[in-house]
Amino acid sequence: MKQTIFEHRHQKQWQTLEQWLGDLDQHKKIDAIDFSQHYRQVCQHLALARERHYTPYLVERLNLLVLRGHQHFYQTQEPLVSNIVDFITFGFPHWIRTEYRFVFLSANLFFGTGLLMFASVLLNPELVYSVLDVHEVMSMEAMYDPDSDRWGYPRGSESHFFMFGFYIRHNITIGFQTFAGGILFGLGTLFFLIFNGLFLGCIAGHLTHMGYIVPFYSFVVGHSAPELIGIVLAGAAGMKLGSALISPGRLTRLQALRKNATESIYLIYGVIFLLLCAAFIEAFWSSNALIDPRTKYTVGGILWLGFLSYFTFGGRSHVT
Amino acid sequence: MKGALDTTRLIELPEGVELELRLAGPVVRALALSIDTAIRAVLEFLYLFLLVFFLEELGMGIFLILLFLTEWFYPVFFELYAQGATPGKKLMKIKVVQDLGLPINWSSSLIRNLLRVIDFLPFFYGFGLLTMLVQKDFKRIGDLAAGTVVIYRDEINAYLTLPQGGADPWILNLSLAEQRTIVNFAQRSQTLTRERAIELANLVTPLTGKTGEEGVRALCQIARGFIGEDSSKGPH
Repeated sequence: MKQTIFEHRHQKQWQTLEQWLGDLDQHKKIDAIDFSQHYRQVCQHLALARERHYTPYLVERLNLLVLRGHQHFYQTQEPLVSNIVDFITFGFPHWIRTEYRFVFLSANLFFGTGLLMFASVLLNPELVYSVLDVHEVMSMEAMYDPDSDRWGYPRGSESHFFMFGFYIRHNITIGFQTFAGGILFGLGTLFFLIFNGLFLGCIAGHLTHMGYIVPFYSFVVGHSAPELIGIVLAGAAGMKLGSALISPGRLTRLQALRKNATESIYLIYGVIFLLLCAAFIEAFWSSNALIDPRTKYTVGGILWLGFLSYFTFGGRSHVT
Repeated sequence: MKGALDTTRLIELPEGVELELRLAGPVVRALALSIDTAIRAVLEFLYLFLLVFFLEELGMGIFLILLFLTEWFYPVFFELYAQGATPGKKLMKIKVVQDLGLPINWSSSLIRNLLRVIDFLPFFYGFGLLTMLVQKDFKRIGDLAAGTVVIYRDEINAYLTLPQGGADPWILNLSLAEQRTIVNFAQRSQTLTRERAIELANLVTPLTGKTGEEGVRALCQIARGFIGEDSSKGPH
């Protein structure tokens, strides 16, 4: 069949489809009960046009029509709110229980290193200088000086909101980097977990050794639950990502990567939420030296208990 | 001929037909990225100026939050809500889609943008560039993990008709490839410069018996004959 005859025969159908797709692109509703029929026929026209070697421009036009139709036809619209509710009530704790191996690995790397460093610094206080330099140690001591009326703030900064912004940026960036590092066969995540564990263990050890117990622990206890759990979960997600490359199982590495990435990113929503909470508590609650330390310990303890029971028992009654 | 070009990606659709996506290479993507970086720098400067100048301490806090959001979520926002294209990509006429041609979703967008830090290593997208050059679909590490691909955004006005004029019923036997060449020339002659069109038409003077502008017109008429235009309209 000659091209011109082909075009004349089907021009109207193409124009109808173009009209519908134009409306759909502008998010207008269309009255098209036989959209699928038209779309399928245009797919056949494309195949014919290619087979019969019609002009490239016709083939391109039909190709574009099919691409647009394909996108609108097969696009999935996910309901956002019910997804969020599902995540909180079931998805999040369920993921953690299902992937408990990665969570434990990440927790051991992070807390293990931290505790090791903590104990080492207590036994041999000089070790703090193997991780931090003199200026950092001094500024840290100044931040947690028992005589100061505000703890945890670098000197000179006044505003709670400024610190809130600072902690959001700082903590969540660490979380994201810990996750992303996982693709380097898990080495990046390993590095970040161990480095942060060393750092925190070192600080904790040094300040305990100096006797600044009340300022430091009452500061950290409030936001420690969401922050440390957030980092550990980011590490777990990163490890899962890396495990796709190290032990893909029955899939190719690429397929395993694709699958694990989608599953890991699901967790990142939770990590973001936790680290946001941590930043909020850290900026507006933790640094206030006027609140009785016992109150802070109690609140911190409640938060730990709350999160741990949420992850252990949350969503168990959910019927899939 | 289909397999010879390596900058297209063919997807087989459920309808049994193949869809062609034109892949965007590292250069175009690098240009789009530079534009985006410039836009982000301007935005961040604006934040600084507006917030710190007017709101001081509170402004600094908001500034840091906005800085964080722009750093990590600027591409995510545009990929999800601007048909897969950040402003830089829009200017370069490319966009991000999923492997099967479908529009990008939350999960893929987050994956490819959070892994951007890895692509950036060791410096200025070294790993990303390496992966793009080695991988057959020009994917960087973020694209591989997220299952996305960057393609050219085809324009709707790609359809050009052949130049007007009569049709010439051709009696000599030409192979399909030769017929196609003539038809392609006729369509493209509208976008070529006159000199180039004449130069090409002169290559087949033994066939048409004409040179220069006449030769171009003659070839176009032959092309119209091949695609089935009514030859009763006459040669002129």
